[in-house]
Amino acid sequence: MVAVVGLAVGLFLNVFKNNIQLFYTPTEVADGLVPDGAEFKVGGLVAANSVVREGDGLTVQFVLTDNAKTVPVRYTGILPDLFREGQGTVSVGKLDSDGVFVASKVLAKHDENYMPPEVADALEQAKQKAPYGSETVIMQ
Amino acid sequence: MFRWFHRLASLKNFYRLAEIITPWLAALCAGLLAVGLYRGLFVAPTDYEQGESYRIIYVHVPSAWMSMFVYMVIAFCSGIYLVWKMKLADIVAQASAPMGAAFTFLALCTGSLWGKPMWGTWWEWDARLTSELILLFLYIGYMALRNALDSHAAGAKAAAILALVGVVNIPIIHYSVEWWNTLHQPASITKFDTPSIHISMLIPLLLMALGFTLFYVVNMLSRSRSLILEREANTSWVQSRVQENKL
Repeated sequence: MVAVVGLAVGLFLNVFKNNIQLFYTPTEVADGLVPDGAEFKVGGLVAANSVVREGDGLTVQFVLTDNAKTVPVRYTGILPDLFREGQGTVSVGKLDSDGVFVASKVLAKHDENYMPPEVADALEQAKQKAPYGSETVIMQ
Repeated sequence: MFRWFHRLASLKNFYRLAEIITPWLAALCAGLLAVGLYRGLFVAPTDYEQGESYRIIYVHVPSAWMSMFVYMVIAFCSGIYLVWKMKLADIVAQASAPMGAAFTFLALCTGSLWGKPMWGTWWEWDARLTSELILLFLYIGYMALRNALDSHAAGAKAAAILALVGVVNIPIIHYSVEWWNTLHQPASITKFDTPSIHISMLIPLLLMALGFTLFYVVNMLSRSRSLILEREANTSWVQSRVQENKL
C-alpha cells in the first residue's frame, strides 16, 4: 500500500516536475529552455542600477539576474511595494523578438528574514566594514 | 503504563478527564492568545522590509503549523484505529477534522491577504500554496467520506485509510519551498538553525503558536465529549448523568 502510494506520488511529481517550478531562472532563459512564443514566468534579482523609468511614469525597464545570466524586462503597470534593486521578483510575460521579456505582471519575493530596522542597519554597517563580507546573494 | 493507557481509552474515563482539564486549558489558552496578540501587534518592532504588514504572521504562521499538526494527529489516530480498533482514536480523529480544515482555511486566507500587498498577488499556483490547498481538500474529502457510507464503522475505516494516504502531502507542504522555485520564501524557523526572525518578533510568535495549540486541544476535547455522549447515549453512565443533569 505504502509502496503503491509512494510510486504514485513519484510518478506524479515526475510528470509535473516542470509545472511545479513556479518560474524559470535567467540562465534557463539564456539557454533557450523556455517555451517558445508562450507566456511564462521568470524569477531573479533586480540587478543593481538597472531600473529605468520611462517618460509616461508607468513603464519601467530593469534587468533580472541570477548572478550568472541576465534578462532585460519591460513592464507597464503598478509595481508591488517591495520591488526594488537587489530584491527578488517573479515576472510573468513573453519574450519579444529582441530578447526583451515583456512582462504583464511583476510579483515581488521577500526572504525569510524578519528584523527591526535598527538591526538591519547594524548588519548593513557590519557588512560594509568587513572587506570580505558575504557579497553573494542567494536566490531562493 | 499499559493499564493507564487502557483506562484512558475507556470513553467514560476520557470524558471525565476532559471535563476536568478543559476549563484550565481554556484559561491558559485565553491568556496566551491575549499576551501573544498584544506583544505581537503592539510591542514587537516593525519589520525592516515589510513594515507593519508582517504582523499578520502572528495569525498566519500558527494557523499553517496547526493545519499540518492537526492532520498528523488525525493520521496517527487513524493508524491506531485501523490496527487496534480503538474507539477513542476514531473519536479524536473525527473531532479534529473540522478544526484542521478551519486552520487550513485560515492559513490560506491570511496568506492571501498578506500576498496581495507584499508579493502583488492574492494567489499564485506556487508549490507551497497549491499543496496547502490540497490539504484543505483532503480535510473536506475526509469529512465527506466519513459521512458518505451507510454504516459508521465503514465510513470511519474508509476515512482512516484516506487520512493515512494523505500523509504524503505533509512533507510536500513542508519541503515545497526547498525543492522547487516558489514565490513563498523558505521557513524562518527550523529545528537545526538559529531562527531568521529577530527574538523580539519570535517570542510573540511562539506564544501565539502555543495558544493556537491549546485552542485546538480545548476545542477537540469538547467536540470529543459531544461525540462520546452521542455514541454512548445508551450506556448507564451517560443516562445517569442525564438524570442528574450533569453533562
